[in-house]
Amino acid sequence: MDKELTAIDIDEVIEAMADDLARYIKRKNMVDPLMIGVHTGGLWVAERLHQHLGLAKPLGEIDISFYRDDFTRIGLNPQVKPSHIPGEVESEHIILVDDVLFTGRTIRAALNEIFDYGRPDSVTLAVLVDRGARELPLHADIVGLKLDLSPEKQVKLTGPAPLALETNRN
Amino acid sequence: MNSSNQAASTSFKAPDSSRLQLDEQGRLRHFLTTESLSKEILTEIMDVAESFSSVGNQAVKKVPVLRGKTIVNLFFENSTRTRTTFDLAAKRLSADVINLNIATSAASKGESVLDTIRTLEAMHADMFVVRHSDSGAAHFIAANVAPHVSVINAGDGSHAHPTQAMLDMFTIRRVKESFAELKVAIIGDILHSRVARSQIHALNTLGTKEVRVIAPKTLLPSDTDSLGVHVYADLRTGLKDVDVIIMLRLQRERMGGALLPSEHEYFECFGLTEEKLAYAKPDVMVMHPGPINRGVEMEAAVAEGPHSVILQQVANGIAVRMAVMTLTLGQNRAAS
Repeated sequence: MDKELTAIDIDEVIEAMADDLARYIKRKNMVDPLMIGVHTGGLWVAERLHQHLGLAKPLGEIDISFYRDDFTRIGLNPQVKPSHIPGEVESEHIILVDDVLFTGRTIRAALNEIFDYGRPDSVTLAVLVDRGARELPLHADIVGLKLDLSPEKQVKLTGPAPLALETNRN
Repeated sequence: MNSSNQAASTSFKAPDSSRLQLDEQGRLRHFLTTESLSKEILTEIMDVAESFSSVGNQAVKKVPVLRGKTIVNLFFENSTRTRTTFDLAAKRLSADVINLNIATSAASKGESVLDTIRTLEAMHADMFVVRHSDSGAAHFIAANVAPHVSVINAGDGSHAHPTQAMLDMFTIRRVKESFAELKVAIIGDILHSRVARSQIHALNTLGTKEVRVIAPKTLLPSDTDSLGVHVYADLRTGLKDVDVIIMLRLQRERMGGALLPSEHEYFECFGLTEEKLAYAKPDVMVMHPGPINRGVEMEAAVAEGPHSVILQQVANGIAVRMAVMTLTLGQNRAAS
C-alpha cells in the first residue's frame, strides 16, 4: 500500500479533480466562485486547481492555527502563516481546498474562520485525499483519491513541487 | 510631583536574570524583558504577530484561540494607551478581560501585591498583565504565581517594557526587512526610559548594524557603555545616515528638576524638525511610542509627515500583544 501511494501521479489526480469541480460548479450554477486553500498542503492543491479552472477571483489562503480545538493541549503552532482572503466572503460561493481529509477538525476550524469574514452563499469542499476515520459529521464534495485507512495510519502531502504522498508506519 | 515614575525606586528586588521567563524546553512562559532572549524567540514573536495582523481585516475581528481564558490587567500605575491595546488584544483573542486599576483599588486599603495575586488566582485567572512603577515588579509576581499562570510585563519602573520594544521591532521589520543593514537612533530621555532599554537589547539581539543613542549627558544612564550603543550628544551628527529614528517621550513631570533647563531649550537641541530630519537617509522611518509632546520631542510636521509610522505602531502593538499572549499561554498550557 505504501509503495502504491507514493507512486501516484498527483498532478493527474488534480487534473481529474479540476474536471469534476468544473462540472460541479456548472451544475450548481455558481457564478465566479472564490477558491480558498488551507495552509500549507491545501494551498498547493488549490494553486493548481485555481490554474486549471482559470478562476477570475484571486486565490485566498487561510491558516487555521488560531481556530484549532487542541490549543489547550498542544499550544500554538509557531509556523502559523497569515490568512489572506482577497475581496468579500459575504454572499459568495466558496470552494474550500485541503490536501488530506481525516478527522474533519481542520475543516471545522476553516469553516469557523471563513464565517468570521462574512456569510457565504455556499461552501464546497474539495480534497486531494479522503482517508476516512472521520470524527465529525463532515464530507467532501470533490475527492481526488479515496482511501480507507485506520486512524493510526498517517498520510501527508509533500511539496510544493513535485507533489507527492507520504505515509508513516505508526 | 509624580513619584511613581522615579527611576531609583527599589521596593522590589531588581531582576537578576530572565531565566524565569523560559520553561524547561526554552519556550516563552512569561514575557518580562527582551534581555537575554534569543534571536529565534524574538523572531517567533514577530512571525506570529504577522499572522495576527490579518485578524483586523475580518468582519468579525476575533479569533477563538484564548476562548475561556481569563486575563487580568493589573495596573499599579496609570496608563491609557498600553492598557487599551492589551485589553483589545485579549478581546480579539476571545479571552475574558478584567481591568484592575490597583492605584485606586485594594492596595490603597493596604492589601499586599501577593494577597492581590492569590485572590485573583482563586478566581481562576490565567494571565496577569502587570504595569508597575517599581523595577522588578512583574518579575516578582512571575516568581510567585501558580504554575499555570503567565505574566506579561507592561512596564516596570525604568527597567523594561518588552511589548513596546517588540512592537517597534515588528514595525521596523515590516518596512525594512533586515536588521543587519540598519542604523537606528534612539533619541531622548534614555535614563528614565524602560522602553529604550528593551529596544536596545532587542535591536542588538536581532543583529542591527548600529544602534545609536542621542541624548543630553544628564539623561544617559551610568551603564550606557555596557549597552552596546554609540552615544551622540549632537542631534545632527547622530542622525547622519540613519534608517530608523525612535523618539522617546519626554516626561514633562521631570522638566522642573535639574536634569533639563526648559522644554524650549530641549526642543532647540533634541527636538526633531524637518530640517534636522534631512541629515538622516531619505527613506528614514520616524517612530514614537506616544503620546507625543508636540513642539518638545518633535514638531507636528514630522509627527504627521510622510516618514512617520506612529499610527502603524499602534496597530502593530495590538498584533504583537496578541502574539505574546498566545505564545506564553499556549506553551504554558501545553507544558502542564
